[in-house]
Amino acid sequence: MFSSLSDRLTATFKGLRGKGRLTEADVDTTVREIRRALLEADVALPVVRAFTGSIRERALSAEVSQALNPAQQIVKIVNEELIGVLGGQTRRLRFAKNPPTVIMLAGLQGAGKTTLAGKLGKHLKDTGHTPLLVACDLQRPNAVTQLQVVGQRAGVEVFAPEPGNGVGNPVEVARRGVEHARDKQYDVVVVDTAGRLGVDAEMMQQASDIREATQPDEVLFVVDAMIGQDALAVAQAFQEGVDLTGVVLTKLDGDARGGAALSVATTTGRPVLFASTGEGLADFEVFHPDRMASRILDMGDVLTLIEQA
Amino acid sequence: ARSNTALGRGLLALLSRDTIDEATWEEVEDTLLMADLGVGPATELVDRLRVRVRTLGERDPQRVRAMLREELLAVVDPSMDRSLSTSRPADPPGHPAVVMVVGVNGTGKTTTVGKLARVLVAEDKDVVLGAADTFRAAAADQLATWGERVGVPTVRSDRDGADPASVAFEAVKTGTEAEADVVLIDTAGRLQNKAGLMDELGKVKRVIERSTPVSEVLLVLDATTGQNGLKQAAVFSQVVDVTGIVLTKLDGTAKGGIVVAVQRELGVPVKLVGLGEGPDDLAPFDPEAFVDAIVG
Ligand SMILES: Nc1nc2c(ncn2[C@@H]2O[C@H](COP(=O)(O)OP(=O)(O)OP(=O)(O)O)[C@@H](O)[C@H]2O)c(=O)[nH]1
Ligand SMILES: Nc1nc2c(ncn2[C@@H]2O[C@H](COP(=O)(O)OP(=O)(O)OP(=O)(O)O)[C@@H](O)[C@H]2O)c(=O)[nH]1
Ligand SMILES: [Mg+2]
Ligand SMILES: [Mg+2]
Repeated sequence: MFSSLSDRLTATFKGLRGKGRLTEADVDTTVREIRRALLEADVALPVVRAFTGSIRERALSAEVSQALNPAQQIVKIVNEELIGVLGGQTRRLRFAKNPPTVIMLAGLQGAGKTTLAGKLGKHLKDTGHTPLLVACDLQRPNAVTQLQVVGQRAGVEVFAPEPGNGVGNPVEVARRGVEHARDKQYDVVVVDTAGRLGVDAEMMQQASDIREATQPDEVLFVVDAMIGQDALAVAQAFQEGVDLTGVVLTKLDGDARGGAALSVATTTGRPVLFASTGEGLADFEVFHPDRMASRILDMGDVLTLIEQA
Repeated sequence: ARSNTALGRGLLALLSRDTIDEATWEEVEDTLLMADLGVGPATELVDRLRVRVRTLGERDPQRVRAMLREELLAVVDPSMDRSLSTSRPADPPGHPAVVMVVGVNGTGKTTTVGKLARVLVAEDKDVVLGAADTFRAAAADQLATWGERVGVPTVRSDRDGADPASVAFEAVKTGTEAEADVVLIDTAGRLQNKAGLMDELGKVKRVIERSTPVSEVLLVLDATTGQNGLKQAAVFSQVVDVTGIVLTKLDGTAKGGIVVAVQRELGVPVKLVGLGEGPDDLAPFDPEAFVDAIVG
């Protein structure tokens, strides 16, 4: 459907070849292509603007005009900047000095929180921890059952004192969950919460109350890699509502380009910790900013070309 | 006549120039891009608008907004048939209407089935639900809870991982025997790039059709979805011939602009919208409201 950014940049650069030096017009053309590619990858418009602004600046600077091949230099800059925004180095989970460590999951409806709770449970168990999953989504039909099934599959305990489906107080369950973990020597607590919209003030308050009641070491924003422009507003709302500490990008096993990663990282200033890559409990990995950059820009082959140059 | 004097050129440029400034045009384009319309459709629409504005010599940015609304509404096409086929098919006689609900993970399929059952019950129809998501944890429980909520029976397998096509077939059979009007089949979420899962979905439909034609295949798209929504619609259409889109989660800040490209490229109309998590939060798609939410 669309030719990839690498195709388009290659075409743009063909016209530039041999000139050795980029004019401002050349830079504008290149920046326009990059803008388009980012938008097609679903990076939010204000983020695209800020990003291409800094690319343009660097592209007009001495480092580019003095480079052997200025066009390729630009691509390199784009890639570097992107990796920079996406977090550079991967950050690991932060554990509490005095257990239990509390990890709270928050995000829009259907993002993949409950599935992630199971994955985290399994991951933690596999790395020598004793995790407890806490069922604080008492709203969505059978969210509690879902977490119980997921916990069972992962071989991890689930704290679910309330049946859900509209019955029970999520803040209370969260608080008691942490208490239970302390009493029974679980060293990590994963708090699964109901999906909520950024504009739902009441539900946002509830999330904030859960945070207050559990004093989490990590508040992870779980976000679907397929999300488009709305990523910006939603990330902002959750950042304000519950003060996130990190991000998990889900459904990366799909073929969405995942520009939301850039939108979310930019607005929240928080690193992406993990990538969720399937429905199975093991489909879960540490997030790699460099791979994500190539994916967003669809420019794996451009980078290879540059390395060969 | 071609003018060669500097003054003449200046005049010509002035006459052919838009009377609306670039900042306004940029704003118009931004509005569309931020609604997830996509670069292609947004640019085309703005270009068309520019031509119109130039031809009419329009100078008032407010009027341009109104024209944007018109153009967008035209693309959304209020004349499309958006009715749901939920009447029992004439041929073969004695069978319920079968509606399949499909889509990628977490878009709101199960919830939509519940809400739709509620609407049909209110229309005095006898409804049966089929839990053909045998994969996701507690998916059948979730659907059965919806069934209880709206007072309709749910056909499900007693074990996880059962063949979804068999469950769907059973549900239709139960519906036929009970002389139900409509059988709603909930399916597991699947990403469109997973060939195996897409084949499985195709099989669910084929197996149902051994006994009863499928009246509607509703693709549930999440309004927060960006450009990937078009790929979803394209692949699902190929596999199960989608007859309508349900655009969910429109109660948030997302505008769901990707459906514009979906309708245009695939001709599949948006039929329903999801406006919340409750049983009554389902509504017919209203092109004007949709456009107004984007244009503001
Ligand atoms: N393909 C794929 N599917 C996923 C992934 N993560 C979650 N899912 C699926 O996405 C759907 C929603 O996942 P849930 O874990 O229920 O999402 P949630 O955020 O808990 O949803 P709510 O509690 O309703 O807000 C389910 O079908 C999951 O199996 C992933 O990384 N890849
Ligand atoms: N705000 C809002 N939430 C919705 C809407 N429709 C569904 N949801 C929520 O979105 C989440 C996912 O809904 P489900 O119906 O489970 O989605 P699904 O497509 O069946 O998910 P899988 O079967 O796991 O693929 C749940 O938390 C629903 O309550 C809607 O229109 N608005
Ligand atoms: Mg959940
Ligand atoms: Mg479902």
